[in-house]
Amino acid sequence: MKPILLLVAVLAAHPVFGQTKAKAQNVPEIPYESVPGFLKLPANLYLGEGIGVATNSKGHVFVYTRSGDTRLFEFDRNGNFVREIGQGLYGFEFAHAVRVDREDNIWAVDEGTNMVIKFTPEGRVAMVLGRRPEAVEGLVAPTPGAPEPQPEPYVFSRPTDVGFDAAGNIFVTDGYGNSRVVKFDKNGRFVKQVGTKGNQPGQLNLPHTMAMDANGNVYVGDRSNARVQVFDNDLNFKTIYDNVGNPWAVCISPGPHQYLFVSNSIPDNGLAQYRDLTGEIYKMELDGTIIGRFGKPGKQLGEFSTVHEIDCRNPNELFVVEITAWRVQKILLRAASSAR
Amino acid sequence: MVPFSSVFFRGVRWLCFGALATTLLSSDGFQAPASIPEIVFDASADFLKLPADIYLGEVAGVATNSRGQLFVYTRTGNPTIAVGNSRLFSHGGSRLFEFDRSGGFVREIGQGVYAFLVAHAVRVDPQDNIWIVDEGSNQVVKFNADGRVLMILGRKPEAVSIRVPSSNASAAPPGRGSAGAPGAGGAGDQFTRPSDVAFDSEGNIFVADGHGANARIAKFDRNGRFLLSWGSRGIETGQFNTPHSIAADAQGNVYVADQGNKRIQVFDGTGAFKSQITSVGVPLAVCVGGGAHQYLYSSHAGDQYGMDDAAIYKLELDGRVVGKFGSAGKQLKQFGLVNAIDCRTENNLYVGELTNWRVQKLTLHPSQPR
Repeated sequence: MKPILLLVAVLAAHPVFGQTKAKAQNVPEIPYESVPGFLKLPANLYLGEGIGVATNSKGHVFVYTRSGDTRLFEFDRNGNFVREIGQGLYGFEFAHAVRVDREDNIWAVDEGTNMVIKFTPEGRVAMVLGRRPEAVEGLVAPTPGAPEPQPEPYVFSRPTDVGFDAAGNIFVTDGYGNSRVVKFDKNGRFVKQVGTKGNQPGQLNLPHTMAMDANGNVYVGDRSNARVQVFDNDLNFKTIYDNVGNPWAVCISPGPHQYLFVSNSIPDNGLAQYRDLTGEIYKMELDGTIIGRFGKPGKQLGEFSTVHEIDCRNPNELFVVEITAWRVQKILLRAASSAR
Repeated sequence: MVPFSSVFFRGVRWLCFGALATTLLSSDGFQAPASIPEIVFDASADFLKLPADIYLGEVAGVATNSRGQLFVYTRTGNPTIAVGNSRLFSHGGSRLFEFDRSGGFVREIGQGVYAFLVAHAVRVDPQDNIWIVDEGSNQVVKFNADGRVLMILGRKPEAVSIRVPSSNASAAPPGRGSAGAPGAGGAGDQFTRPSDVAFDSEGNIFVADGHGANARIAKFDRNGRFLLSWGSRGIETGQFNTPHSIAADAQGNVYVADQGNKRIQVFDGTGAFKSQITSVGVPLAVCVGGGAHQYLYSSHAGDQYGMDDAAIYKLELDGRVVGKFGSAGKQLKQFGLVNAIDCRTENNLYVGELTNWRVQKLTLHPSQPR
């Protein structure tokens, strides 16, 4: 067997394995610590792969996890278990992101059902976007070499993330199948989309994560292109930050001075060759200026095992969730130059 | 399912060096001599008391902790494939139960855990952490004594792969990680149907990997950091054909049940080959006992239904056979594919059977030759 053939085959099956060392050099290290044992789980509840984490305005923590089934859990600000949301939900098959909007509604993005689900703060379904394919016809294997179908406004293909602007417009990154960002109005009506698969500005290769600033700009983690792309609120291309590796997770903090966090996560394939290249999170200004970095790959407390989502409601108290360690870590950042 | 090699591997002799290996050579290549003593033993198949609504399925793993509590990892319930969008997702199929030293049911551990698909092994480390190995999810999960997850190795495939018959024999093998020689695997925890886990006194972790494309032993430090791996698919010493079970002795030597090659291979902790034991049939499960004088136990399954040819061997660590006991079948004191042996206490074993859905408690009477 020729190894090159195998490599091609593997890459074809897993187009997202490439992971690169960030171009940024001599970045200041931000001191930090991880709070041990923050989440308290009842004895019969277990987290699986840590996929989504988000806080609401009261500090409650929502964790979206690939457990035996994909499940959504709520914890209070002290990490005590409050409840499960969406038990047996038709839209829960393979978690990808959870976000909380300005009104404390909880949004889950599921890449196994192609759905984005909005829950009220009470945990009831308020709106759904996309539709789970009906299982009646079973699974049809894709035709090899067939052209990618044109994306339809209301049909996602393994969507990845969701964001909101001040007017309540909804933005969805879509995703592993399609290569686009879709804008809906607050009532879920299609407005606009941007992106085709490629590496040119405005094109996307696995839009994996997104965040929005107070002006409604959209920051897309264009993971396989190893860059963050910024679009304005009408999805016009603005700029690219390509010096912080492959963005698996992005987050923008609220408040008058907003920060952008970007995780260059170690891939989930467990290969040791990425240990010295990846695993760190960057703290940046919105204009792309890097403030510092923190973290390294590993399974111990304070190390990162494929960070998949960041909550940065408080830019000095982050929550990170990890695929290859079934946990949520609360990370306290210290100012690098603070006088003691 | 336990794949059995159709290649009967016989008649190949290896040149081994060193006093220990010379000792082992005496039995190399021979069928188990008729002079192996039969060890007299008793068995209990109803030692475990199950609540009315709890059932064991295929018992892939059984292990005790330092307090004599038993952990049973079993294939039970309803393994489910769900249709998502363009992919199929697997759920469930295995459960982990804890019993007290009298066999009373204590609790279930890991309800709904992501990795519990197709049980293959459970082991308890010297700190009483509980480790499961799942060949369906390609994962090794470490629970603390309270039953909470401390560490995971490997990753469950995101979706169920759909095999399309192909005339291209060089198509990618199932599973992930096949760099280098066939079966050598990638430098990391990309397991393919891993089968077992063992620990040395420093807490290093050894994973037998496994039933799938890989045929290797992977070593990690106590924090789960990949250190090295050894082995590839083949029949030479240091190669494997389904490394099915693994155990470590107090010196950190590693005993690998090389099932398809019908032998137990012994390595030091760096993967350097030391010796092999070829006189114990087809080894499914190995266990190294505690105490000052450590024994090696190995279950033999000569047919894939557990009905024709089975036994458990007791050996000195240097490979000398002390004796054997048991036969194949479904009755008491018979063995239907013993996939796990717990031998914390010499002459007091727990064995888990795949085809008989039970744990037998065995009491050996080695001083009473039959």
